[in-house]
Amino acid sequence: MAVVQTRDLTKVFKEGQLGAVNNVNLETREGEFLVFLGPSGSGKTTLLRMIAGLETPTSGDILIGGKVVNNLSPRDRRIAMVFQSYALYPHLSVYKNIAFPLRAQNVKKELHKAKVEWAASLLGIGALLDRKPRELSGGERQRVALARAIVREPAVFLLDEPLSNLDAKLRASAREELERFHRGVGTTSIYVTHDQVEAMAMGDRVMVLNKGVVHQLGTPTEVYDNPADTFVATFLGSPPMNLVEMGDVIVGFRPEHFRPGSATAGDSVKFRFKIENREYLGSEWIVSGTLVGGKFEGKKIFSRLGSAQDLRLDDTCDFVVPQRELKFFDRTTEKRVEPRGLSWQ
Amino acid sequence: MAVTNNVARGKIKSIGAAQSPLLGAAMFSPAVLYIVLLVGGPFLLAIFYAFSDARIGNTEMHYVGLENFRSILQSPSFHVALRNSLIFTICSQIVVIVGANILAISLENTFRGRGLIRFLILLPWVAPIALGAIGWKWILDSIYSVITWVLVAAHIYKPFSAPMWLGEPSLAIASVLLVHSWRLMPFSTVILLAGRTAIPKDIPEAAAVDGAGFWRTQLQIVIPMMRPIISVAVLFGLIFTFTDMTVVYILTAGGPFDSTQTLPSLAFAFGIQGSDLAAGAAVSLFLVPVLVIIAYFMLRVAHRAEVN
Repeated sequence: MAVVQTRDLTKVFKEGQLGAVNNVNLETREGEFLVFLGPSGSGKTTLLRMIAGLETPTSGDILIGGKVVNNLSPRDRRIAMVFQSYALYPHLSVYKNIAFPLRAQNVKKELHKAKVEWAASLLGIGALLDRKPRELSGGERQRVALARAIVREPAVFLLDEPLSNLDAKLRASAREELERFHRGVGTTSIYVTHDQVEAMAMGDRVMVLNKGVVHQLGTPTEVYDNPADTFVATFLGSPPMNLVEMGDVIVGFRPEHFRPGSATAGDSVKFRFKIENREYLGSEWIVSGTLVGGKFEGKKIFSRLGSAQDLRLDDTCDFVVPQRELKFFDRTTEKRVEPRGLSWQ
Repeated sequence: MAVTNNVARGKIKSIGAAQSPLLGAAMFSPAVLYIVLLVGGPFLLAIFYAFSDARIGNTEMHYVGLENFRSILQSPSFHVALRNSLIFTICSQIVVIVGANILAISLENTFRGRGLIRFLILLPWVAPIALGAIGWKWILDSIYSVITWVLVAAHIYKPFSAPMWLGEPSLAIASVLLVHSWRLMPFSTVILLAGRTAIPKDIPEAAAVDGAGFWRTQLQIVIPMMRPIISVAVLFGLIFTFTDMTVVYILTAGGPFDSTQTLPSLAFAFGIQGSDLAAGAAVSLFLVPVLVIIAYFMLRVAHRAEVN
């Protein structure tokens, strides 16, 4: 096990262009499950590939276990990586796929069988060892890729969107399996995804990236409840945080805190809300519409409710947001600022 | 929408069904005609001649049974030709596959001038084979050879004692082999490059992360994955080399002392230059079993590609 650190890590693909990764400083904790979360093109995969040694940094340092590894080849970094496509070797059986890292690292041949069987049993693929990758389902391939990664007991696990090729149902169970797997082996893991549900569910901490810049690094609760800026606020949550502009600040509140009611409690903010659309999602409703009157006329807002049967389309109702659920962001820097009192009317 | 679609499809199907026997035959016939006239006819004629005593300029012909084959099998030049055909074919394929792999690996990554180098490598393939062979004939000439000139200028050989590239049997064999390899290299390189780019980038990367170095990645991952495409290159190369007589004919005309004769060039020497059509036909029939085997493997590769 080891800690991964980066210092001012930067990658510029074409000179004169914006960097894919810009001055990233991070430090994992021992045995932690760290998630890089960001939209496509945010640089999360490039960052992971630099840590793996598949991409050379333009500047900055990468440290694994306290040692600078910039000039080490991937094989010397004691890492294992699971690729988005799984990158199984199609001409080799499952057994030989899993044994390949052992062969490549010149592990004694007598040990191969025991180690492969250990890794295969850990992932429940002991019965598939004679098959070729093309004879496996998506979920099985993913497990083979994991077994191949774990077999030589790496210091760090790198996972590049390993669940994105699975269908929705399988993804949920594979996610749970991955969590259990991580708890079992306890190896420091870095996981790249664009799926906020995966990030929130699996990460000990989540690092939110956009355009190669780290916007926030924190526990799932921190990034969701206390977003560092408007990007994090709107990237996490579905529907995203509602943002309204008030003078030199932007005020944000989550859809689940925007609910019908009258402002009887003194510490709530009242809005007039015209309902324009309702979506029934089984366990909840997503209601969207626009604010009416005041400074926010026409502003589009989402609400997430347990029940919305008694709300009619095109009705205008009173909605409130508790004062303590309001987040404040600076209008120019879009960074989070201290709460302040505002005149709402 | 679905209904109209089905109706339309049904219509097309019925029109196709009504016309298909005639139309199909018409579309197919040029290929059949071509093969019957230019491949089947000469092939049957060769079998016919091989069992006769046909000679150029003689209108009479008699059935002689296996006599031609018997005399050919006893002829020392046939043995040399058979041996040479196998040596040229097999050795040139080894040289070509090793060389083409090296070229494909070095041309895979982008670098300045890659397009130009790819173009230069492809040149031997697009140039007419006779022109290429004539060029080599000059390069390897006993008096005007640039290779000899360089060796003399570098004081490795004294003038007049330099090797005769096409005049000594073993050197002549090596020279023909060299030209065959030069000729086939571009074709194989292009095929292998295509095969290489078809491998997802993730796979060699996964191998690198798994701890494999350059050689292990190439030998245990990339090249095994390219096996189907390599066999295509090899099978084509085998046929090109085994049936080729241009290179030998232009470079050495089979000499010195029949030492570079191959089956096709010997058939030409016997049948056309020696006027013994029957003997020439019999020699050329010895190509058939080898070509049948190669064709079988080609069909198998094609079939596998279809299945996958």
